[in-house]
Amino acid sequence: MSTNYDDRPRGGYDSDDDGDRRPMGGRGGGRRMHRRRVCRFCIDKVDLIDFKDVRLLQNYLPERGKILPRRISGNCATHQRMLAEAIKRARNIALLPYTTD
Amino acid sequence: MDTKRQYEVVFIVDPTTDEEVPKLTESFSQIVTDQGGVVTKAETMGKRQLAYEILHHKDGTFVLLEIEGSGREIAELERRMRVNDRVLRYITVRVDEDRRRAEKLKERRARKAAKRPSQGSSHPRRGAAMEFADAGE
Repeated sequence: MSTNYDDRPRGGYDSDDDGDRRPMGGRGGGRRMHRRRVCRFCIDKVDLIDFKDVRLLQNYLPERGKILPRRISGNCATHQRMLAEAIKRARNIALLPYTTD
Repeated sequence: MDTKRQYEVVFIVDPTTDEEVPKLTESFSQIVTDQGGVVTKAETMGKRQLAYEILHHKDGTFVLLEIEGSGREIAELERRMRVNDRVLRYITVRVDEDRRRAEKLKERRARKAAKRPSQGSSHPRRGAAMEFADAGE
């Protein structure tokens, strides 16, 4: 198993943002329209998320360093759980930050 | 309890003593072997920046060990790493259960994929019977 320990992000979680949201314009309203997002891990048929794969995990860690919620990433519950677990492990051994300011 | 457990151990070594990393890894592997475990993989992930400071260190050398054993060797290994002050941090993850689960899912997917092309969408449950019919032709 070759894991890439390099941590340059390959296209953030938001890279396909175009067209996902309708502009907030107009008066009142302000309700965002989301296209139905699908779990990336399900598409890629990922069964195991490795905590050493920093490059992957970083896509789900916005600037603040918090784990990206599922309502934004569109991950399924199973994969979000696996992802969260992996991120927490990575944090423990200083591969990922707990916080960034 | 003769089922072998698989572990991944990652530890961070103080980068100022970088030359000693192979020696340290070797000695840790020896400890595992002495306790009856097997080191299936020992890999240095290289020096990299830490996401946060640990004991005033900004970077460290990461080493990965994959170990197979009963769990007793992990206890001893962790004790040694805790005592050793060149090891800044370590983490042990038991991986056999997750790997088995992943294997199972993969298998199930393969079975599903094998069924689908041999049969139309009308009777997905009768895939096996249809396969038989196809073979006869």
